[in-house]
Amino acid sequence: MRNMNKNWNIMTGNEAVALATKLAGVRFVSAYPITPQTAIVEKIAEMVANEKMDAKFIEVESEHSAMASVMGSELAGVRSFTASSSHGILYMHEMLNWVAGMRLPILMAVVNRSIGPPWNIWADHSDTMIQRDTGWMQLYGESNQEAMDTIILGYKLAEHKDILLPIMVMQDAFTLSHTSEPVEIRDEMVVREFLGDLNLPFKIDTNRPMGYGSLMPPDGPFMELKMDMKKSMYSAVDRFVEITKEFNDLFDANFPGPVEGFMMEDADYALITLGSISSTAKYVVRNLRNQGKKVGLLRILLYRPFPKDLVISYLRGLKGFGVVDRSSTYGPYGSLYMDVISSIYGKLEIPAANFVAGLGGRDVRVKDFEEMFTKIMEGEEGEIWINVGVK
Amino acid sequence: MPFSIPKEEYMMSGHTACAGCGATLAMRYVMKAMGEKTVVTVPASCWAVIPGNYPNTALKVPFIYTPFASTGATISGIREALNEEGKEDYNVVGFAGDGGTADIGLQALSAAMERGHNVFYIMYDNEAYMNTGIQRSSSTPYGAWTTTTPVGKDRVYKKENKKVVADMMMAQKVPYVATASIAFPEDLIKKIQNAKKVKGPKFIQILSPCPPGWYFNSENTVKIARLAVETRIFPLYEYIEGKFTLYKNPNPLPVEKYLEIQGRFGHLSTEEIQKIQENVNKRWEELLDREKGKVIT
Amino acid sequence: MVLVPTAYAPSSNNKTSSWRTTKPVIDYGKCTRCMICWKFCPDVAIGVTQGMNLEFPNERFAKMEAPYIDYDYCKGCGICANECPFDAIDMVQESEM
Ligand SMILES: Cc1ncc(C[n+]2csc(CCOP(=O)(O)OP(=O)(O)O)c2C)c(N)n1
Ligand code: SF4
Ligand code: SF4
Ligand code: SF4
Ligand SMILES: [Mg+2]
Repeated sequence: MRNMNKNWNIMTGNEAVALATKLAGVRFVSAYPITPQTAIVEKIAEMVANEKMDAKFIEVESEHSAMASVMGSELAGVRSFTASSSHGILYMHEMLNWVAGMRLPILMAVVNRSIGPPWNIWADHSDTMIQRDTGWMQLYGESNQEAMDTIILGYKLAEHKDILLPIMVMQDAFTLSHTSEPVEIRDEMVVREFLGDLNLPFKIDTNRPMGYGSLMPPDGPFMELKMDMKKSMYSAVDRFVEITKEFNDLFDANFPGPVEGFMMEDADYALITLGSISSTAKYVVRNLRNQGKKVGLLRILLYRPFPKDLVISYLRGLKGFGVVDRSSTYGPYGSLYMDVISSIYGKLEIPAANFVAGLGGRDVRVKDFEEMFTKIMEGEEGEIWINVGVK
Repeated sequence: MPFSIPKEEYMMSGHTACAGCGATLAMRYVMKAMGEKTVVTVPASCWAVIPGNYPNTALKVPFIYTPFASTGATISGIREALNEEGKEDYNVVGFAGDGGTADIGLQALSAAMERGHNVFYIMYDNEAYMNTGIQRSSSTPYGAWTTTTPVGKDRVYKKENKKVVADMMMAQKVPYVATASIAFPEDLIKKIQNAKKVKGPKFIQILSPCPPGWYFNSENTVKIARLAVETRIFPLYEYIEGKFTLYKNPNPLPVEKYLEIQGRFGHLSTEEIQKIQENVNKRWEELLDREKGKVIT
Repeated sequence: MVLVPTAYAPSSNNKTSSWRTTKPVIDYGKCTRCMICWKFCPDVAIGVTQGMNLEFPNERFAKMEAPYIDYDYCKGCGICANECPFDAIDMVQESEM
């Protein structure tokens, strides 16, 4: 660590994200309003208008266009940003795939919100879980501090010359996006040094005319390109560990990295979670520990690429665990559960339950986590919906 | 003087367009006018296939493939980022088919024009979805056969009039709007040169006949494009910052001349042809009125 | 380095001569070097040449640049023959293979 400004402020998750884009030296922003993301781009528009941020901001007419325009700007070699939620993310699905296939390290901030019908603006992860196979990396945060730090770390990871893939960084609707918490504002100069300038090796250049995304028949390197994306993405787990270390040293911070193990050292039972509900889960873990129960929590931050080896290392030796999915997907089980189970397949044999909780902003309360721990300690398995039944 | 258009070529041979492709001539002329400091964006369309298979590319400038609906938005981002990089001198060009412009891309086009980016949007109008095998678009003219407006027992050829995107762009008061034809490359190139002087968004619709899609022999591509103007089926005009100028041919030919050499109109009855003629006459009067400054509704 | 879907080779690596069933042949004795054929070729298959000792209609045209068909790329569409105002281009059947 070196001398720098230590500067704290109380801010919402959305404000933390907006501020982080300025710290990260973002130079092009394009977005479309949707609750609960809107405040991010409003804040950016305000910073740009008041010359507090040196960037071009355009407000487009749809999310499909938001993503298409940041594709254009990133191809021109300019660090680009957009933000969205829910139906906005779904609307840009085609562009998400295109941007990833073009190997553009664009960062999108997402405020996770459910998918209708019925209309519902509250937190759940369905919007981004649906996009987990688009070639984007995904990073889920738990606090407003992480909302800021994941932007900075996200650009560092995405722009790494051996990765060059886009990344979504997530925070939960309202619980983070609209709730104020103290956040340490990272020193702008140091962030700029940490990130350096965007150096896209194939950016648009009339001295080097190329076709970007041309027609490819089956005997062209189509499969090789897809394989390279997967390879690059999976190299990002180790990269993220390194980058996190560098970040923590530089800023005297304690960002967890791809996963966070909470009281996992000698645990017999554990829950696996994503996002802001993890804070409640940690509270319950602490209480149960005080009652002598050997429980822990494994929080996944980096969901794509899925950090399978790290997950295995944390789960090894457990007597049972549960995976909490906060999304509605229609496979045999929830998506996080299936990723965990396929990662440990043939390596660990541990009873595991899949809890579905917190859809559409439904509370996941202390007693809900207590119930989940009770169930896994009783050896329950299969898909179990928590806190359901219309009252 | 033999060379009436710039000699320099920015489109290369060896591309995979059909023999006699009008859309390819459109690109060739547009690029001659744009020059080497140009970035071209193309959505799903024939032009996404014409450059040929990877690793080939057919233009001597950067060429960006973008999803079908997104041309207007992609060029917006490229333009603004190039400006951020101090590259204001690059021409940023979207080059899209009629489907990618009049239908799925209309929203992104209209929005890009409204935001006022300094870009060119070129619509090469071959009046149907050719890349997917000749389906109607909203830019397909009345009377035309396509695979989705087939001429069966019930004669369900296209019964709706052509949506003229250039007219819509004028209604939106886009600073530069023009129609052009591959049969008049000098005029087409002059228009782009005029457009270059206008700072802000520019829209040019180029009629680009398609031999397999319109059912005519490939040697007639230029002839048909010329007839479209001579019969006033496709009037040429230019609209610069509100001032409208119509190219007026004093002795128009009857529309049959244009229709009769295209298989896509082969089924039309005399009454139907008459109806087309009446529509053409009416639209011509409207355009004259517009030139005189009368308000068009 | 990551693999990127960027195409870099000129399309002219791809010869399209086999697409043709008829080929345009210029009668330089009739050709006035107006370059209209060059102007309308969608395949950029008509180049410009000088000093090739070609025939010409009269001395006035002897020193002028003349059109020259590149049969590696000509697809035989026939536009040039159709547009030539002097009937100086004939479309002739490609010999059967
Ligand atoms: C979102 C989406 N829908 C459909 C398609 C299939 N598609 C590809 S090109 C095309 C038609 C293009 O028509 P037009 O824009 O007129 O260009 P043309 O092929 O006639 O040159 C269609 C429907 C696609 N690529 N993307
Ligand atoms: S189908 Fe028509 S527009 Fe498409 S390449 Fe062939 S001639 Fe050109
Ligand atoms: S169009 Fe005819 S006369 Fe003119 S240059 Fe070509 S061949 Fe010669
Ligand atoms: S036949 Fe067509 S492709 Fe061949 S030279 Fe003439 S215009 Fe060009
Ligand atoms: Mg078309």
